[in-house]
Amino acid sequence: MTIDWNNYTPWLSLTGGLFIGLAAAMFLAFNGRIAGISGIIGGLLNPGRGDIAWRIAFMAGVVISPFVFVLAAPLPEVTIEAEYPMLITAGLLVGVGTRYGSGCTSGHGICGLSRRSPRSMAATVAFMVAGFVTVYVVRHLMG
Amino acid sequence: MKVLMAWLAGVLFGLGLILSGMTDPSKVLGFLDLAGAWDPSLAFVMGGALLVGSLTFPLIVKRSKSILGEAMRLPTATRIDRRLVLGGLTFGVGWGLAGYCPGPALASLAQGGIKPLLFFVAMLAGMALFELMEHMKNRSLTKPA
Repeated sequence: MTIDWNNYTPWLSLTGGLFIGLAAAMFLAFNGRIAGISGIIGGLLNPGRGDIAWRIAFMAGVVISPFVFVLAAPLPEVTIEAEYPMLITAGLLVGVGTRYGSGCTSGHGICGLSRRSPRSMAATVAFMVAGFVTVYVVRHLMG
Repeated sequence: MKVLMAWLAGVLFGLGLILSGMTDPSKVLGFLDLAGAWDPSLAFVMGGALLVGSLTFPLIVKRSKSILGEAMRLPTATRIDRRLVLGGLTFGVGWGLAGYCPGPALASLAQGGIKPLLFFVAMLAGMALFELMEHMKNRSLTKPA
């Protein structure tokens, strides 16, 4: 295994992780809900009563966060390697998969593991392994 | 108040995603590429989030109501079933193909470009497809034989 030291950002990533954990803890403490992004978005497609405003507010907060970020520092550069057909395929799989699996990286990976849920542990292992295998296949077997 | 707190939590969550590097799909793929030049940074995102989460969640979940007086809505399912595992695997394949999971896709929408938007719309379509399939399943279950 070789480590990509050029792009290695342990402190920034750790600090970002602390922010994410804090946001999830705050949301659970004040709103009594799990900060699972796929559930928050997906719940809008079949909302219950009084269930729409807070979902839109949370999503709006995430969407405008880059504008808050630039007040303190320039946005990090991003590179999107995937082309349009790949992005569409990936989006469909992420949409269907997160709803069938009842969660994504935030709901299972962060909130679920924080409350030591065996279900979330199983889901996290599943999507991590699938992610590793997919990148291996795309980059090293097909590429 | 509940809506304002949801918004604030969303902003803080998004700031964390940007700061951590999660909104850069090439960085995510660099983390998932164990056989290439591996960038372990994103393990620290989970480490940081779990550090805060595992210290605070066990205390918060003991509350009978949230600080704002809302019901505590925690997941009640406990069974590790086929839906959970197959759903997780499907999500993981999509994550590995583009390097976006739902949160970072949302945080990337306003940063411009058609690519995050395209991913996001496809993700919504996938979620709608799920709702449709659930709806059809429920209908066939309730239909008299």
